[in-house]
Amino acid sequence: MNRISRKFLELKSKRRKAFIAYLTVGYPDISTTEKLVLELSRLGVDMFELGVPFSDPLADGPIIQEASAFALKNKVNLDKVFSLAKRLRNKIDKPLLTMGYYNPIFNYGLERFAKNAKSSGLDGIVVPDLSLEEDKDLRKSLSKYGIYLISFLAPTTDVSRIKHIARNAKGFIYYVSVTGVTGARNKLAKGIFNRISYLKKSVKVPICVGFGISTRKQFKTITSLSDGAIIGSAIINKIKENIGRKDLVNRVSRFVKGIIPS
Amino acid sequence: MKILPDKKGHFGIFGGKFVPETLMPALKELEAEYRSSQKDKSFRKELDYLLSQYAGRPTPLYFAKNLSKYLGGFKVYLKREDLLHTGAHKINNTLGQALLARRMGKKRIIAETGAGQHGVATATVAALFGLECVIYMGEEDIERQSLNVFRMKLLGAKVVPVKSGSKTLKDAMTEALRDWVTNVGTTHYIIGSVAGPHPYPMLVRDFQSVIGKEARKQILASENRLPDYLLACVGGGSNAMGLFYPFFKDKKVKMIGIEAAGLGLNSGKTAASLLKGKIGVLHGSKSKVLQDKYGQIEIAHSIAAGLDYPGVGPEHSYYQMVKRAEYAAVTDKEALAGFELLSETEGIIPALEPAHAIAYLSKAKNRFKKNSIIILCLSGRGDKDVTLVSPLLAKK
Repeated sequence: MNRISRKFLELKSKRRKAFIAYLTVGYPDISTTEKLVLELSRLGVDMFELGVPFSDPLADGPIIQEASAFALKNKVNLDKVFSLAKRLRNKIDKPLLTMGYYNPIFNYGLERFAKNAKSSGLDGIVVPDLSLEEDKDLRKSLSKYGIYLISFLAPTTDVSRIKHIARNAKGFIYYVSVTGVTGARNKLAKGIFNRISYLKKSVKVPICVGFGISTRKQFKTITSLSDGAIIGSAIINKIKENIGRKDLVNRVSRFVKGIIPS
Repeated sequence: MKILPDKKGHFGIFGGKFVPETLMPALKELEAEYRSSQKDKSFRKELDYLLSQYAGRPTPLYFAKNLSKYLGGFKVYLKREDLLHTGAHKINNTLGQALLARRMGKKRIIAETGAGQHGVATATVAALFGLECVIYMGEEDIERQSLNVFRMKLLGAKVVPVKSGSKTLKDAMTEALRDWVTNVGTTHYIIGSVAGPHPYPMLVRDFQSVIGKEARKQILASENRLPDYLLACVGGGSNAMGLFYPFFKDKKVKMIGIEAAGLGLNSGKTAASLLKGKIGVLHGSKSKVLQDKYGQIEIAHSIAAGLDYPGVGPEHSYYQMVKRAEYAAVTDKEALAGFELLSETEGIIPALEPAHAIAYLSKAKNRFKKNSIIILCLSGRGDKDVTLVSPLLAKK
């Protein structure tokens, strides 16, 4: 069984919600990303999205844009993300996903991408600019290796499309909480609770909510309905605040621990 | 050959919709609205009225006698899009899309711009229809096209400088897409080229195809036959597609798209996506893209801000693949010579973008026969470029 499905079963039996952390690989450098994942895993993060930097991250707000540009200057590419995943896989058994735009994947070759993702121990792939209409080829390549292509739903997705997307969904559904780009927000989106309740009733796979969630309170509120939440920009911002400090990993880990409900 | 795109917005292997899920419903809505508008006679009537009374259509198809003589005798006709209101072909599309925005009840308009011509054309229709307007423009382009920045502001638009990446058209488009993802409920994004996710490449082409439809009639009236060649510059490719598309089925009419080679096709500082790019996905569609070996989008270079884009409309990639059109490139330097050549021979100062097509005529003049008839799309006028060009030519 794919580690993502196994994780959700485990969480369900413990009546817990998935805490998913996003980290841009290579921000500020790859070895720090590695240390962060290991430390956060120890502190109770359930799954990791390893962000693959892209030159034109059109679904991202300023924080992740900056981290991506920084990581690209460090010459991070898919091969380096795969070798990081491999090193992590030797040390932890938690689900590892990549999060990144389609062009680098397409350029790498879908079949080669899927094969190397598998041998690196990856469990899922998140591609924010790959719509249901265009994802068949990648989905096919990944499914050969038992890797999930995570589907998105947005506040703008209508009912018939929700059904269609839900039918193809594997692992969990990434629900985008707001119409907008990634980044922390003071308030949760209007109508989000009705929306998640509706999705919980009509979708079989777990629902995890991302975009704009940055505090423990928001995490708890959202996951009172959803099966998990993804925290990204808030962590990246904390990394940014601590770049250059020797205790960056400690400081960022402490911050994330503060968001994880006990 | 079939008329494309297909239902999913594909031109062969190109095109499609590669955008975040949040935008998918808006693309569907736009397509539905566009298709219903095409069946609505009053829509067509209003657009035709605006194109003729407001924008100044039809534009002349001018026989450039002096230029033709200078080049060796083949006949060059200029499709005078430079004479349109706002100074370029961009208004053909923005008028159409503004009418669509009104039909959809969207009160806010956003657009990206490179040379500023599309930004001006968008700000113009926003003023005309009383819509709020925000234009995204790369910081570098703001500097080199300052006249157009002032025009947009004068027309009531807010011009947002884009500081990320190459600070040019590519980054302006990325930023505009971010705005659209955020404000999709109230906002219509007027993409200015035959690029972006479906249905944009189709609808921008259709709105621009008035260029080719008129030119086809005009050449038949003056020469009693179809042209041998169509020539146009290609950045995203909207003026070229507007000219080419109505001749698609006229198999004997050869089409040549001219890309910007920048400092040279192999210099690493070029904007020739069709000639130097690989298949990839940028800004919502699959097409030829300038990218490195890891799929990161490269920074394009051209002296013409309107061609300074690492991608190209998917239908051009398709035309190239099926060999319906041929693509070539000229350098910054050659384009400057083209800029001078048309100014001196015909008293017409072209924009730097179509100056590339003029330059190609001169560079490749030996391939044309004495009795060849060529239609060249003069997509815009050069006023906007005079400040940029004057120090470069003074150096000579």
